[in-house]
Formats: sequence, structure tokens, C-alpha cells
Amino acid sequence: MTTLTDTATPLLTDPAPEGGAAGAASRPLVEVENLNVWFSDAHGRRSHVVHDVSVQIHAGECVAIIGESGSGKSVTARTLIGLTGPNSHVRADTATALGRDIQTLRDTDWRSIRGKDIGFILQDALVSLDPLRTVGAEIGESLRLHGVRDRAERAARVEQLLAEVGVPEPHLVAGQRPDQLSGGLRQRALIASAIANHPSLVVADEPTTALDVTVQAQVLDLLAQRKADGTAILLISHDFSVVGRLADRVLVMQGGWIVESGTAAEVLENPQHPYTRQLLDAVPSGHTKGEYLTEEGRARAAARATTAGTSQRTAPAGVGNPAEPKDEASQVPAVLSARGLTKSYRGPDGRDRTVVRDVSFDVHAGRTLGIVGESGSGKSTTASMALGFIAPDAGTVLLDGAPWSELSLAGRRSRRREVTVVYQDPLSSFDPRWSGERILTDALDAGTAPGVFASSRARRAHRQEQSERAAQLARLVGLTPEHLAKHPLRLSGGQRQRLSIARALAPEPKVVVLDEAVSALDVSVQAQVLDLLTELQETLGTTYLFISHDLGVIHHMSDEILVMKDGVAVEHGDADRVFEQPEHHYTQALLGSLQALSTTVR
Amino acid sequence: MTAQPQSQPRIPADAGTTGGVPAAPHPAGPVQSATWRRVPVTVWIAGVFAGLLLLAAFAPGVLATHDPRAITLGSPLAAPSWEHWFGTDQSGRDLYSRIVHGTTQSLLIGLGSAAVGVGLAVVFGSWAALGGRWADAVIGRAIEVLFAFPILLLAMVFIAVYGPSVQTLILAVGLGIAPGYARMVRAQVMSVRRSGYVQAAQALGHHPGRVLAQHILPNALRPLLAVLTLGIGQSIVWASGLAFLGFGVAPPSPEWGALLEAGRPYIIEAWWLEIIPGLAVLATALTATVLGKFVESTLEGER
Amino acid sequence: MSVTTETLTTAPAQPSSPEPVRRGRPVTSTAALIGKKVLGALFVIWAAASITFLIQSLLPGDRATLLLNQQTGQVQERSAEELAPINEQFGFDDPLLVQYVTFLGGLLRGDLGISYTLYQPVTTVIGDQIVPTLVLTFTALAVAWALAIVLLLLTARRAPWVSRIFSGLESAAAALPQYWLGIILLVVFSLWLGLFPVVSGSGTAGLVLPALTLGIPLAGFLAQVMRAEFERTMDEPFVLTARARGMSDGGVRLRHVLRHSLLPGLSLTGWAVGAQFSAAVIAENVFARPGLGRVLVTAVNGRDLPVVCGVVMLVALVYVITNLIVDTAYILVDPRLKEAA
Repeated sequence: MTTLTDTATPLLTDPAPEGGAAGAASRPLVEVENLNVWFSDAHGRRSHVVHDVSVQIHAGECVAIIGESGSGKSVTARTLIGLTGPNSHVRADTATALGRDIQTLRDTDWRSIRGKDIGFILQDALVSLDPLRTVGAEIGESLRLHGVRDRAERAARVEQLLAEVGVPEPHLVAGQRPDQLSGGLRQRALIASAIANHPSLVVADEPTTALDVTVQAQVLDLLAQRKADGTAILLISHDFSVVGRLADRVLVMQGGWIVESGTAAEVLENPQHPYTRQLLDAVPSGHTKGEYLTEEGRARAAARATTAGTSQRTAPAGVGNPAEPKDEASQVPAVLSARGLTKSYRGPDGRDRTVVRDVSFDVHAGRTLGIVGESGSGKSTTASMALGFIAPDAGTVLLDGAPWSELSLAGRRSRRREVTVVYQDPLSSFDPRWSGERILTDALDAGTAPGVFASSRARRAHRQEQSERAAQLARLVGLTPEHLAKHPLRLSGGQRQRLSIARALAPEPKVVVLDEAVSALDVSVQAQVLDLLTELQETLGTTYLFISHDLGVIHHMSDEILVMKDGVAVEHGDADRVFEQPEHHYTQALLGSLQALSTTVR
Repeated sequence: MTAQPQSQPRIPADAGTTGGVPAAPHPAGPVQSATWRRVPVTVWIAGVFAGLLLLAAFAPGVLATHDPRAITLGSPLAAPSWEHWFGTDQSGRDLYSRIVHGTTQSLLIGLGSAAVGVGLAVVFGSWAALGGRWADAVIGRAIEVLFAFPILLLAMVFIAVYGPSVQTLILAVGLGIAPGYARMVRAQVMSVRRSGYVQAAQALGHHPGRVLAQHILPNALRPLLAVLTLGIGQSIVWASGLAFLGFGVAPPSPEWGALLEAGRPYIIEAWWLEIIPGLAVLATALTATVLGKFVESTLEGER
Repeated sequence: MSVTTETLTTAPAQPSSPEPVRRGRPVTSTAALIGKKVLGALFVIWAAASITFLIQSLLPGDRATLLLNQQTGQVQERSAEELAPINEQFGFDDPLLVQYVTFLGGLLRGDLGISYTLYQPVTTVIGDQIVPTLVLTFTALAVAWALAIVLLLLTARRAPWVSRIFSGLESAAAALPQYWLGIILLVVFSLWLGLFPVVSGSGTAGLVLPALTLGIPLAGFLAQVMRAEFERTMDEPFVLTARARGMSDGGVRLRHVLRHSLLPGLSLTGWAVGAQFSAAVIAENVFARPGLGRVLVTAVNGRDLPVVCGVVMLVALVYVITNLIVDTAYILVDPRLKEAA
């Protein structure tokens, strides 16, 4: 409902000068000048996590802090409710919230402010609400702590609040626990508990992260409503589309510093700081299709283009025209084909629930099929069937035209190396005792290594060869031998995912299944990994089955797309066609919420 | 007791990560390089005491001040003094030297019971976890039933049937501690079997035998060293409890449980005859606990 | 992992929210759940009974000879004439299966057999002494819980040195041999300070030291497992949410975190109650307290198997009943389990 131009107060630039119609009328609710925060660890070492941050928030205004993990954005938010933890040390030139100096507040003072004047919303109500209690009890607690003593009155207020945040049948929901509610409903309940006493400031720390895109849009609508009613909002997010939807002013944080600030329109449409530009460029979407997302990716592609001028196979830099490979679609043989896959599980109530119903698709050599869907859509179960981990109840999977899902366990084992997988969490997929090199050499070894009875020279030679091949693989994914020598625990998230990709490539597979492979990464790291995947496809002709909940990522990566909802493939077709002319109403709704989120960006 | 990192702030304190990516904290906790430098003082104490125990077990003569069987006439039930550090018993024998000489047998009982218990636990726990639904159901039930037989009672049943002896004691205590550890082993093997890296190895088409040998067994059984250490401490305590009730090694022996039994009639006039051998049991158990937990956390830290 | 279970309702959802509300509580019947638990409990009892039967019948040596020797205090070979009436009375000559059926039948009627040495029904022998032991066991359990909870609320996740010292003390308490703790308490509080009777008897004053003897080590165990869960829960986001609502630190600990940390404590209690019951034997011995302890020690020394096995059956029964209670408490604390089960 809110687009930026409706709500942005153009007069509020940052640092907001006193003056301008709206600004002059009232003092800001929050005024923070040169905030610094340190943490000390168990050994007394201090780390400086927030540097000279200044922020002002007026009534009815939403200020967003955007940044990646470790940027200090959450810490900054938590200083406003005085909950940075016992090992923190906060200092600012000025720090007032609602007219009170927050540096001098004692715990009892804080308690009367928290939840009453300042509401706080965290991500994922499944863990942010007490899982053992009903949401009614949680919301009621906010009321009880701030003076609503009467039980019956509390119960009535709870239902009223739930209705206010758009929960249907509030009397029913009030008696349920977070795990009994859908993601959207429980996030609404969490918001209800934060705004129970109608605070004039709401601090929302990643309020929509981990929610499905349709639910995200609803939650943001809800917050926009509060804003329209005059509540000030401090929004913390890593997601530009979320920020663009709600924020009037934006601060970009990196490594504890504010690197850029301004109105949402200025920052998102005309970013000045290179880091902001890099972050915005890194967001994958249909617009970036066929392009590299990072400077490095572009440079490497350009270098390849000049050196490989004679090469027949590689397209010119940047893959160029995304439409080009599409013409060949019908000629390229299908490497992996699924026909009528169906799978059901016995639910806790004893009834069978069909999680995948009659799903068919083809993955063509050298191309990418994207499967997109919200949580519970059956996309991961489909991936497991494609990988041959789960046998379908009906339907079949063919690998290279030969039976795959119908093979016996042992029969499939001999062909497993033709389909490999990259998981969302690489660390848990590495044996905790192994170094990167061991992980790769193990993946290279198809069980043909010389046995213990082979001559020691043969074994040494084999080891030597394996370790060279591991190093080659590592180079391919942008890792150095130093990285390989390390334990994965000491690698960064992006490096771990590169290692995981190298392992998936080691057996020279026909298809690589990427199951939410970039979903847990920060946007700039995600961009690097996506670039790597694009580059590998370009240079090696790798085939991907790409599974994600992220429409932008899917559109960016895929040639063809399968949209899943409740176990059914509701739409299937060429990526651009699906995104530009969606036929199924669900796809339309999905893209509608995405558009609502992202029109303000770009 | 061990150096667990205390109260980490919930907010990651990894400032200054500019271009790079902050490594997400691993569930197993932060990596500790040069672990030995962070060895807490309790572990040092436990280590020294464990050294003394081993010395007493293999060369009691080095530590003993008297002949454990020598009767000092005229000083029965003497209180601890410079001459007799831990006092003397009803026959005037030096309690300190008797405790030193009893170490071997006491440790053997502890080690034997722990070996029996942990051995059974490993076999049946892994079997339950890897042997399919039926094996799991049957072994799971058996473990549940064994839980209804507390260690002490189980041991007493054994003794009632076979009469008291060291072997009965070891077997009974071992069998008694086995179900708890079996449950632990089962859970451990299960979680490794379902782990991401086992699935990854299967996805690479590795043979089940190779997955078992390369991933499941090493990762599941590595923590057992710590379990075994804890088991030794626990076994010594149980065995001495049985001895206190009169079902242990027969009294002339200086085994700690036997000392406890022998001193029982003199609780009122010579408290040291009970307190000090009990202290030896307690100290040994604590040493085992501290060392076991240290080993456990070190292994965890390596991950 | 978790597939969200959104069951569609027939009620039309309001247009503002396309997501349906799950109606009411799931109908996994509580009766079925209880039935399953009771069945499991009966299985344990039956298995315990069968094992005790096997132990008695597979005893090395001839049972009738053993019995006669025990009664007369002599050790000698017995003639067939001497043994015949005993075999007749106890049915030792019957086929094993018949003996087993007779045994189970007796069990159903509450008959645990006849003591070899006392020549009384085992139920009478045990029944006479059961009350003090039960009182001691459950008093100790209560003491342990009270100690553990107070310790937890006061010391978990405080200043690092506080937590470290108290978690160290817990480890030490958990390793304490009961007899040793009992003797220390006896020597200090009864002999030196004269605060409590040396011979406990069955009065309330006599209950204090034995209950502490059993309660302190268990409190150590309980606090250890609960502290781990407590500290883990203190890191959960919902704790932050509760604090952000304006709740005090103490309030969060008491109203949110403690409840979560009860769960591992409850499982440990279910597991430990048998061990507590048998450790009561030691405490009764140290403090010269009446109860099953003395009966059991005498029976073991006298190889009076029916009595020993009767006590085993009793402990299994106590264990099973306690675990049924613990399971119920578990569901009260964590209602999610009701649906999971």
C-alpha cells in the first residue's frame, strides 16, 4: 500500500536539521549522537562494535538501519531498549529516547519504559515467543507488567489486540502456542505483544526475516499502519526490498560505522558510498539475469573473454544475452527427468498427507531449472526424490534417460556420483574431524584407491595425484591451498559454501542439486557464490537443479522455473515468461508481493 | 569446573569485518587454539592426583610410609598424627599405608566395572542405533527394564545368588551402569548417522561400510573416552557403597571398600577410619569426573 | 526439516489474512496416550517379574537344600525325605513353566511368595518396613528439588566466577558417595554438635540427616542437568523478547527460563528414583533407621531370594509409578509433547 513517494518526508535529511515543516513541529522521539558500543569477552578483551553512530527518529517516521551480519545494526537497536547485555559498554554524546537520557536509566526505570513506551519485535516468532506458553499468555504478560492486573480485562484486551493486528478468530488464537500457528499468525502475535501498550516507538529487528514472501508483505503492511497512526519505527534489516517498502530514511552500516545516510529514495536510487552500491548491485533479480553481481565476477568474466578469444564454447563476457540459450531448449537432452512424482507421509494424526503430488520436470544439460516455493511447498522433498534419497510413492525419475528412482539402493549407489548436492548449511555436511583437503580428496575417491595391500609407492603416487586434483578443484571455486589446509570451522560462510561446491563438482556430476544453497548467506557473499555458480556453468557447462524460496535468486539463476505450492507444481515454464506473464493466480500473488516489496528498489 | 566459555553475549562481537565475512559461531563453541594453555587449575590438580593414584597402584612402596600389615602395638585407633598421617586402625596398622596399598585393587574394580559397563553400552547402543527398527525396539525396551533395576539392588541380587566376590562386584556394577551409557551411545550414534556429513558421504555414493568406518564410528565413539573416565569414578563409588554394606572384598584386604567395612564399627570413636578411605573414593571419583569432562570439552573444542 | 502443518479450516478466513487458523486442540486423545504409557509400565513390571523369577529358579544349587540349611543354620547334604515336604510346599519339583504361571498368578493376587528365613509371606515382611523407606525416599527427592531450584535461580548465568564455583560444587556434590556424606553429617551434627539423634528412629528429627544424605548428591545431579538447560534457555530470543516487554531479570528466570529447565530435571528424576530408593538402604544403615534397608541386607546375607526379589519388584513398581507421574508432569510443563506423542 505504501510506496515511497507517498510517505517519504523529503524534508528530513540526515543529519536532520531543525527546520522543515514536519521536523520543526516536534522534537525527535529519539536523539542519539555519536553512539559507541564495546563488548568485552571472558578474557577482558574489548572489541569496538559500534562507532560514532548518530540517529534521530520522529513520531510517525520509520528510520531503517541496513547492513550485513556483524555490521553492528542490531547492537545499535538494542541500546535503545537498554538490552545490549552485561558484557557491553555503551557511551554516547547524547542518547535520549522519549525525552529521557538513556545513559542514566537504572534497571527499574528501563522496565517501566520497555514494552510501554518502546516496543521491540524480533525475527521469527517461533523462537521469539516462549514456545511453552500460549500467545495469549505472552501478550497478556506485556499488559500485566504495565498495570493491567485484572485477568478478565487482560483476556479481553488480548483478543482486541490480536484483532487489531489482523488475526482472524482471536479468541481461538489466544489459546494456541506459537508452534500451533502459521508463520504469519505467530509473527502477528509477536507484534501484538510488542505493541500491547501502544508504545510511541517500535524497534523492529529483522521483523520479516525467515517469513514467506506473501507473509512478509502482510507484516510490513501492519507496520506501515502503525506508522500511519503516528508510531515511530526503527527498522533493522539486511533486505533492501523490506527497507524500501517501509523506511523514510535509511542508514547504511558496515563494520560498526554508518557509511551512508539519507532519505530512502536517495540511498536506494542514488547510492553514493561504494559499499551501498556494492550491496545494491549484489541483490539478484530478474534485472540482473545473465549478469555478474560482483565487481570481481565481472572482471573475471572480462579476463576470460580476452584470453579465451579463440575458444568456441564460452560466450562473451557476462553471458550476454540470456535469451540466447533458450532457443536450444528443445534440442538439449534432458539429463534428469521427473515424471508424476508423488510422495505422502503419515501425519501425527494418523492421516496421510501428500507433500508432493504429480510433479514432472526436465533438467537440460548445461542449464538451470529453478524450483521455487514457500515453506511447506514440497520443494525440498522433490529435491530429495531427484537425489534418490527418498523413493517416490508414484512416478519416476530418469537420469540420463535411464531409470534412477527405480534402481535398488546398491544400483543407485554406483551412479550416485552423477547427481551431487550442495546444502544450505555446509558446515554440518563436513565431517568435523576433516580438513578441507581431506573432504575434497574423499569426494574425488570413488572407492578405486589402491588398497592397503598395494605397494606404498602406488599409494603415495595416488595420494599425490588426489591432492593435486583437490588443489585444482579449490582453484576452480576460488579457494587457495591455505584454505584447504584449514578446518572448515575456521573458514568464513562463503568459503565453506565454496568448499561445498567444490565437493559437489569433484565427481564430475551430470547434475548439481543446490538446495537453498545461498539462503543463509549475507547478500554480498551470496552474490559472490551466485557469480561462482554462473561462472562454473559458463566455463564447465554444469547443470543445476536450483531450489530456493527466494524469487529474486531463482529468477536470476534459472532458465526454466517450476513454481510449487502445497506439493503441486502450479506453474512451469521459461523463467522470463513465468515472471513476466504468470498464468497461475498463486504465481501472480507471489510475484505481486515481491513487486510490492521491490518496486522502490531500482 | 572445566573452562567452558562463560556467558557469551548474544550479539556477535565480531566488529570490523569489512570486506570479509564473519564466521558464524559453530554450535560446538569457539575454536580454541593452543588448548593446553587454557587448562584450568582444577584439571591440573586432578592430573597430579591421577599421577599419584597410578604411582600408588603400580609402586605402592614408593608412597607408603609403613608396612600396611605391620601392627603397631599399643596404638590401636590412634588419631591422625605426624607418625601416622591418617591414624591407625583397630589393630594399630597405619591407615595411610593401607590406603596406598589398596589403590591397585580399588582401581581395578573401577576400571573393570567401567570396562564391562561401557563395553556393553557400546555394543548394544550401537546395535540399537544401526541395527534397524527391531533391534532398536528390543534393545530400547531392555534398557528401559534395566532402568527399573537400580545398580545397588542389581548388585545385591547378584551377590545373593553368587555370594560376594570381586568378579560379582565388577559384573554387577558394570551391568548396573550399562543401561545409562547404552542410551547415551545410542543417541550419539543416531545423531551421527543422521548428520549432514553422513548424508553427504552417501550422496557421493560411498559404500555403507566405508561410511560406517570413516564417519559414523569415529565420530560417535570418540566421546567415549570421556564416558569411560566418568564410568570409572562412578563404579568406584558404587563398589565402595556395596562394600560399606558388607558386600565387598573381605576386610583383611586394604581395598578401600574393605577398609570402609572394617572401620564401620568404630565410627563413633575413630571417625577417620570411615572418613579418610571415603575421601580417597571421593577424590578418585572427582578426579575421574574432572578429567573426563576436560577430555570431553577438548574433543568438542576440536570440532 | 519441519513441514508446517497448516490444516485448512472450513471457516472462511478474514480477507486481511489468507492464512487459516487451526481450530481447537488436536484430537490426539489423551486417553490413548495414557493407555500407551500404562501398557509400557505393565511391560516393565512383567519383565522385572520374569527376571526375578528366572534368578530364583536358575539359582546355582538345590533350592530346597539351601532353604533348609538357612533355616537350621547348618550346611550339609539333605536326604530326599527331608527335602520332599519343602519341594511339595514351594512347588520346586514342578516344571519350570508351571512354576512361572503359579508365580505370575500369585503376583496378580499380590502374593510374592514366602521368605526362606522368616517363613512369613514376603508381602508381610516388606509391608511392615515399607513406610519409613518410602517417606525417606520422597522426602529426599523433595529436598533435592528444592536445593537444585534455589541454587539454579540464584547462581545460574550470573557473574562468571559465581557460575563457575557453583557448577564446580554441583559436580562435587554429584560425586559424593552417600555413605560418606552420611557419616560426615552424623559425626558433625549428631556427635559433635548434638543437634540430631545418633540413632534416627522414625521421628521427624531423625529424618533430617538421612534426607540430606540422599538429597544433596541428587541435588548436585539435578542442578547440573538443569543448569545446562537453564543457561541455554537464557540465550533464547524469547528471553530477550520478555525483557523487552519490561520484565525483570528475576521475573524472566522464574516465569520463563525455569520452566524450560525443569524438563531435563524431570527426566532425571524418573531415572533416579530407583537409585534413590536403593540408596535409602545405605542411609538407613548409617543412621540406624528402620526400613527396608535392614530387611534387604539381612536377606542378601541370608540368600533369602524371595525377599530380595520382592524388594526388586517393589522398586520396579515404584519406578514405574514415578515415571508415569513424571510423564504427566512433563506434558504439563511442555504441552507440545502432547501432540508429538
